[in-house]
Amino acid sequence: MTVEIGGATMVAPHDTEFIQLLTPEGERVQHPQYPLGDVDIKGLYRDMVLVRRVDTEAISLQRQGELGLWASLLGQEAAQIGSGRALTPKDMAFPSYREHGVAWCRGVEPIRLLELFRGVDNGGWNPEEFKFHLYTIVIGDQTLHATGYAMGIRQESAEDEAVIVYFGDGATSQGDVSEAFSWASVFHAPVVFFCQNNQYAISAPQERQSPIPLYQRSRGFGFPGVQVDGNDVLACYEVTRQALRAAREGQGPTLIEAFTYRMGAHTTTDDPTRYRLASELETWRLRDPIERVRAYLARTGQANSAFFEEVDAEAAELAAHLREACRALPDPAPLTVFDHVYTGDNAILDAERAQYAAYLSGFESEVGR
Amino acid sequence: MTKLTLSRALNEGLRRSLEAGRKLMIMGEDVGRLGGVFRVTDGLQKDFGEHRVMDTPLAESGIVGTAIGLALRGFRPVCEIQFDGFVYPATDQIVSQLAKMHYRSRGQVTLPVVIRIPFGGGIGAVEHHSESPEVFFAHTAGLRVVACADAADAFAMIQLAIASDDPVIFFEPKRRYWDKGEVDTAAPLDSALPLDQARIVVPGDDITLLSYGPLVRTCVEAAIAAREEGKSIEVIDLRSLSPIDVETITASVTRTGRCVVAHEAPVYAGLGAEIAARVTERCFYHLEAPVQRVGGFATPYPVAKLEEHYLPDLDRILDAVDRAFAF
Repeated sequence: MTVEIGGATMVAPHDTEFIQLLTPEGERVQHPQYPLGDVDIKGLYRDMVLVRRVDTEAISLQRQGELGLWASLLGQEAAQIGSGRALTPKDMAFPSYREHGVAWCRGVEPIRLLELFRGVDNGGWNPEEFKFHLYTIVIGDQTLHATGYAMGIRQESAEDEAVIVYFGDGATSQGDVSEAFSWASVFHAPVVFFCQNNQYAISAPQERQSPIPLYQRSRGFGFPGVQVDGNDVLACYEVTRQALRAAREGQGPTLIEAFTYRMGAHTTTDDPTRYRLASELETWRLRDPIERVRAYLARTGQANSAFFEEVDAEAAELAAHLREACRALPDPAPLTVFDHVYTGDNAILDAERAQYAAYLSGFESEVGR
Repeated sequence: MTKLTLSRALNEGLRRSLEAGRKLMIMGEDVGRLGGVFRVTDGLQKDFGEHRVMDTPLAESGIVGTAIGLALRGFRPVCEIQFDGFVYPATDQIVSQLAKMHYRSRGQVTLPVVIRIPFGGGIGAVEHHSESPEVFFAHTAGLRVVACADAADAFAMIQLAIASDDPVIFFEPKRRYWDKGEVDTAAPLDSALPLDQARIVVPGDDITLLSYGPLVRTCVEAAIAAREEGKSIEVIDLRSLSPIDVETITASVTRTGRCVVAHEAPVYAGLGAEIAARVTERCFYHLEAPVQRVGGFATPYPVAKLEEHYLPDLDRILDAVDRAFAF
């Protein structure tokens, strides 16, 4: 089934299986299978506001020449914060390259993400320290890494750990993702496949990737798939939490399709006006992941204007710090280009390093003359 | 000392590594019950269990990709790619992920994964079963690429590759799997020649003949044949294809003044080209002749009935030696 949204044809959510716990208008909806437990909804709201502010700041920094590139998460805050907050400290997350919200949940400081996009490193955090793997840029590769990692968990009988892997609608066309589905299913790997269907692989709409809703892909591989409102942070949280629990309990993988929308460009080099209509964006603006939580909190009296102002002020402060930290990032020293290719010596590389060091030192003596 | 085939020597080396390291895993297509199509893993699943010697789904990218995940979890996977021509589906995982993760993470992530690949021709096989893809991997920074040539060295090298914290692409000369050699299975690993060093197989004075993998034996035969003509050939087994052991190579060529490189892979942009360049840079004034190369043609690997023309044999190698002397 397809529907017209703002002129573009999209594969529609399946009414009966589409999990939503908070409507775009901010109304709580009950779902018998997904009773939301004790969740810090104000905390989720705060997370989403802060990562959106980080995102906005990063785009500005790119426009001002401080970053080479930025991949915006605008519109996907609920999918990332909801699923990210469903993880326990021991769970391992494998991101693609847009998971700034999940990084936030794992305690990776936003400046570390900016380092990558500024070109001073490839994301220098220690994956095991944060239980958050490095960004993977080749589409879909990380689904196999996550599956292997989960197979390792199962081998070790570590029953309190699970893995989540993030990828997009475009990635579902990659062979590696299909292979990961096969392997995870065959080996009952405790892994949750979290697909953020943001409707576009750069310019290619989801219908170019699949004629059927993406969550149905798992069926042929022998494990369940769930479609969740990706702009509903409560649904993303609860559905992910249950899938992770099932994985830990030995029930194998789950595919979660978070049906969302990339409100910004693919990256700062992209121009989405070439392939989609403004009216479509307007339609999705009405389903904004943050506004509905704000409306819910305000209407139910769980938060007052002081809370919202406090969060906004915190966001402004975070952005100011981030801007300052970004500008202060030093360029790496020239000879570090040779570092960490191998764990030990490598005669060919070591010779190149020595040669280039000598070449560079020639300039130093010229300057000194 | 025990007389073992090269296949069996690898099997013994793997067995030893499985005994030594609890985190070591062997994974690949048909490596379990069947023991691998070349029987390199014969009997290992029976002795070490299905979790440590794992038959995988038939997907090479899946093998390498999940091995990376297992390595991130602290395992040391040894993957088998069944034939050289089947490694290409895994190329993305090898080149984009396996090779780069240590660099990407600034040394915080190590991926001690070994990828075993039977390579080379001479077995009368159908297409995709006789290739020599080593240069693709030698050209990729972050990988160590090695090739074993005989049983004794295969026994040591597979253990050294497993012990390496860098990813290693481990080439096995498939037409030499059944060649027998004396192997000291009790020898301690630290007495073995390091993985990144070349080995002088036959000492000689007049010319340096460099090779690796299946052609090492052919080169030794060439040295014996040339001796009858009064030529003293020094045969060097490169062992490590990335990095190459420039010191051993250039020390030899400095003495002999002549150099021939032989490999089954196409001559064009092959390892011989890299060696010729290095030798020229380092031994220019010692050279009596340009470095000669002998190898596969700039064609796809041919049909079985043509492979004897494609593969450098004893006569073609001696012809290259003659060219070096005739210059």
